[in-house]
Amino acid sequence: MTKPTANTMTNNFEKNSGLTTRDKVEKSLARRRAKETRFRLYGMASVLFGVLCLIALFTDIASKGTAAFKQTSLTTSITLDGDYLNLTKDSTVDEIRFANFDGLIKRHFAKEMKPKSRSDKRELFKLLSSGAGWQIQEMLIADPTLVNSSITFELLMDDDVDQWFKHDRQLSTAETNDRLSDKQLNWLSQWIEQDRLDTHFNTLFFTNGDSREPELAGIHGAIKGTLLTLMVTLILSFPIGIAAAIYLEEFAPRNKLTEIVEININNLAAVPSIIFGLLGMAIFINIFGVSRSTPLLGGLVLTLMTLPTIIISARAAIKSVPPSIREAAYGLGASKNQVVFHHVLPLAMPGMLTGTIIGMAQALGETAPLLMIGMVAFVVDVPGFINDPSTVLPVQIFLWSDSPERAFLERTSGAILVLLSFLIVMNTTAVILRRRLERRW
Amino acid sequence: MNFSSLLIIVLIVLAGAYFLGRNRARAISHQGMRMHSLPNQYGTLMALWTGVPALILLVAWQLLETPIINHLLIAKLPAAMQAAEPAIIELTISKVYNLAASAGINADPSLTPAVEHLIALNERTLLLNSGMALSLCLICLVVTYKRISPNLRARVEMEKIVNALLLASSGVAVLTTIGILASVLLEAWMFFQIVNPLDFLFGTSWSPQVALRADQAGSSGSFGAVPLFAGTVLISLIAMIIAVPIGLMSAIYLSEYASSNVRKYAKPALEVLAGIPTVVYGFFAALTVAPLIRTLGADLGLDVSSESALAAGLVMGIMIIPFVSSLSDDVINAVPQSLRDGSFGLGATKNETIRQVVIPAALPGIVGAIMLAVSRAIGETMIVAMAAGLAANLTANPLDSVTTVTVQIVTLLVGDQEFDSPKTLAAFALGLVLFLTTLILNFVALKIVQKYREQYD
Amino acid sequence: MNDTNSMKLIENHKTTGEPFSKDVKISARNVDVFYGEKQAIYDASLDIGKNEVIALIGPSGCGKSTFLRTLNRMNDTIDICRVKGDILLDNENIYGAHVDTVPLRARVGMVFQKPNPFPKSIYDNVAYGPRIHGLAQSRVELDEIVEKSLKRAGLWNEVKDRLHAPGTGLSGGQQQRLCIARTIAVDPEVILMDEPCSALDPIATAKIEELIDELREKYTIAIVTHSMQQAARVSQRTAYFHLGQLVEVNPTEKVFTKPEHKLTEAYITGRFG
Repeated sequence: MTKPTANTMTNNFEKNSGLTTRDKVEKSLARRRAKETRFRLYGMASVLFGVLCLIALFTDIASKGTAAFKQTSLTTSITLDGDYLNLTKDSTVDEIRFANFDGLIKRHFAKEMKPKSRSDKRELFKLLSSGAGWQIQEMLIADPTLVNSSITFELLMDDDVDQWFKHDRQLSTAETNDRLSDKQLNWLSQWIEQDRLDTHFNTLFFTNGDSREPELAGIHGAIKGTLLTLMVTLILSFPIGIAAAIYLEEFAPRNKLTEIVEININNLAAVPSIIFGLLGMAIFINIFGVSRSTPLLGGLVLTLMTLPTIIISARAAIKSVPPSIREAAYGLGASKNQVVFHHVLPLAMPGMLTGTIIGMAQALGETAPLLMIGMVAFVVDVPGFINDPSTVLPVQIFLWSDSPERAFLERTSGAILVLLSFLIVMNTTAVILRRRLERRW
Repeated sequence: MNFSSLLIIVLIVLAGAYFLGRNRARAISHQGMRMHSLPNQYGTLMALWTGVPALILLVAWQLLETPIINHLLIAKLPAAMQAAEPAIIELTISKVYNLAASAGINADPSLTPAVEHLIALNERTLLLNSGMALSLCLICLVVTYKRISPNLRARVEMEKIVNALLLASSGVAVLTTIGILASVLLEAWMFFQIVNPLDFLFGTSWSPQVALRADQAGSSGSFGAVPLFAGTVLISLIAMIIAVPIGLMSAIYLSEYASSNVRKYAKPALEVLAGIPTVVYGFFAALTVAPLIRTLGADLGLDVSSESALAAGLVMGIMIIPFVSSLSDDVINAVPQSLRDGSFGLGATKNETIRQVVIPAALPGIVGAIMLAVSRAIGETMIVAMAAGLAANLTANPLDSVTTVTVQIVTLLVGDQEFDSPKTLAAFALGLVLFLTTLILNFVALKIVQKYREQYD
Repeated sequence: MNDTNSMKLIENHKTTGEPFSKDVKISARNVDVFYGEKQAIYDASLDIGKNEVIALIGPSGCGKSTFLRTLNRMNDTIDICRVKGDILLDNENIYGAHVDTVPLRARVGMVFQKPNPFPKSIYDNVAYGPRIHGLAQSRVELDEIVEKSLKRAGLWNEVKDRLHAPGTGLSGGQQQRLCIARTIAVDPEVILMDEPCSALDPIATAKIEELIDELREKYTIAIVTHSMQQAARVSQRTAYFHLGQLVEVNPTEKVFTKPEHKLTEAYITGRFG
């Protein structure tokens, strides 16, 4: 580099150190470049950390949860002894319900495996799911003519067996869990040799309600409850939210009162969700007497919670409609209402829908306020309508995550996977809608 | 006839009213009269007048029916019962409902008057409700139908009604705030009748279970909320230590350094973190992170609680990263390019420009964003409910187990509870503290951010 | 004159007048600038002499600001911007492979169209450059630099009592002089000015113009301006840009009295602008 020596650039500030400005700048460069690189690395590391957390979260849950979609069962051939069960081909549904299927199954396995003592018997029966009798019962209700015939079906195994078969089988015997005795393991390996023990797609997980028995517990009730709750939320929050947005954006006079309403809405959007649970409890349950644990109540609470989000995004959508369109409509002599409802609203609709979907996604994942209003109740039945007691998916996850059984843990992760896939669908829809909107102008 | 079928009937009448009104308007205009408005505007007006009052009546009825009936029923209970605790009355009332529904065997003859009264009331209210709703519907229909004439300014009137409906909708948000305040304040007030507010705010011992027993109901000190506040602060602090630097640096990296390709994938990936339900984070914290920290601690010879504040705070921090980064991103992007140019023009490096010009310029906005994040951390419930404990320890050790305000609210209120016990009321007092704290934080933060935006607009 | 006509004239152009000078500070050779697909500067070659003020004029969108920003690589901050050709500062190519923009911009300072003081105190605004470049060893030295720069920018007397008041609180003209002081504080060799007076009132403009004249003694200055009067008042040479082409470079007096090129003439006489 050529140094500016003896030229007109002789500089004024060199007297102290005897260096020219250029020298000083050059001298500082190495240090500053190092700093720059370090800073950049911090930034990169931060982003990387976030992304890694995301990956860790997903792999952790997926690795724990995918096994929940498989269930271990034993291929069993059993004769539906009409005499033992007290049933004929013409038995009514009620008679079938009261028949002793559990006894039948126990008798069958006692004969097949020949346990020696009473305690052996008990250990043997522990391998089977307590829902096995119910499986046969359902089959018979569907087709009562099966009485006295021999059927082959996939008999549900207990959750301990399920977990052992899916996860611990390959481990050496010393490491296997202590929930199964050597005797039980022996029987299980007999069945494995006979090629009868196998895993199948876990349909029950999607068709059953909650249960104390992990192998019988499913998310059907929770999903139905979630859908009903979201339906109530949508029906209430969409029209109210959009009406409020239209009013605030198009009709409200610019005065102190409107300003207070606006500040209020912005603040409400940031109020912790648990507070809405308190509101639901004190106002909806105690004053209005809405019954606890129902999708109706859940929907009401979630409506109040998502309303601010919907109003804020709907207002943004209205704001983004170009004024030229309004002016054109006014120019044709349309009234204010006509301009708003015929022109602005349709154009703002995709944006409003996007905001509503995002609000719904928020409501879908919400747990805390629903705990307060009794949606934590243990509900076995699948809710039929918005006034039946029910739970929702996130609350079901919360409930299961507290259970000590390993199989419930697996199901919790499975339920989370289902919840996340719902969310992914909703958010993708929102993103696609937003893309559409952006393309227009 | 129940609520939903009534609703459907009203909706059908409403639709009919629309066509009736439109056709009448058409008929009049066919006679050669000049109408003020278009026929469908007359129709809409008819529909609005027919439907809206009846619907309002129906909803109001639905909301008020239960409390009124309950009140009437209590009067019919045996005198001894009426003096009992509210929880027992509540239980008895639900028994009465069950008895009335099954209309069969009555085990407790003392309830018979109430049960019979309820059955009679049910019949009467149903008749009254449907009668009133339908007649209101019809009266409005007829009156409005008669009013249709060329001089009726249907459009103007219709627009007035629509505007009133819009106004009412935006009032819902205000009512929500009032509802929150009223419910929390009222219950908290009742709580402070039993427990001294000073003991609550400054007491250092929290054990609500003890106070439940009758002989210890008045024992002071068991509702000292300081350990909860301290626990909340500790966990939020850990979360902010994670979220603020990482969120801020991510925002800076993505907006100032990253190539557009990196930005295209990394930004949505971070946003996905924000969309994950908190219950999932809670699960992750309780079942993956907490055991991990415990094992790591054990390897280092540290005694880590299985429900450590660190695990909950760490995961909460991860949850808040995208919140901080997207808010800071907005704020940083609002700093005008001319300031960056000014700095680059002097030969500053990017790092110098960001640290000495962009960040100071964006500082108010960033502070606002952090305040919103803090408010979020304080109010977060599920992560702490699942990963932090219930032990109200007063400690600053992140490896210990602490509890938070939100955890206690959940614990006190989940499950069956009597409504007037101090235990339940304490939850509302905690709710009041939580609401006010977050409200102040949000209010100030939003004001700061707004001011900041205006500065560069 | 419409656009199709002027295009025809440009097609067979070579910059008229005297684009090259003997005592060179910066020389640009065959510079092309692209924004993505769009070309903004076509094959411009120009010398800027030591201690001269050169004015870049032309109708809006002609590329004069773009050209100015290539001289200290400010265009680097725009992702889609590409520069071809050579720009030599003291015979060194500033677009060379290993050239660092930091020392380059310390040597070639820039003043922008809109005054852009940092949201800091007046003192900190001026001290910013010396601080980042490590120009002062001590507080006293820094104070000296700040004072000298403010004096040279003609702002000292107005602000000496409130050096720690925010720079954004000054009037528009004062802000712009603060920005000039901020640039001088780094002791650059060249100062680029991008329409420095376009946001100012006539009195403030007059002060800045006066300042530019004084600064010429020490610095080489390139100024983009919209106002022909300003160009005439402050510059020794004037370069006229038209649709990305450097049409004519000549001594200012000549450009404004006897322009060689028809396009220059058309612009000077106000036929387009």
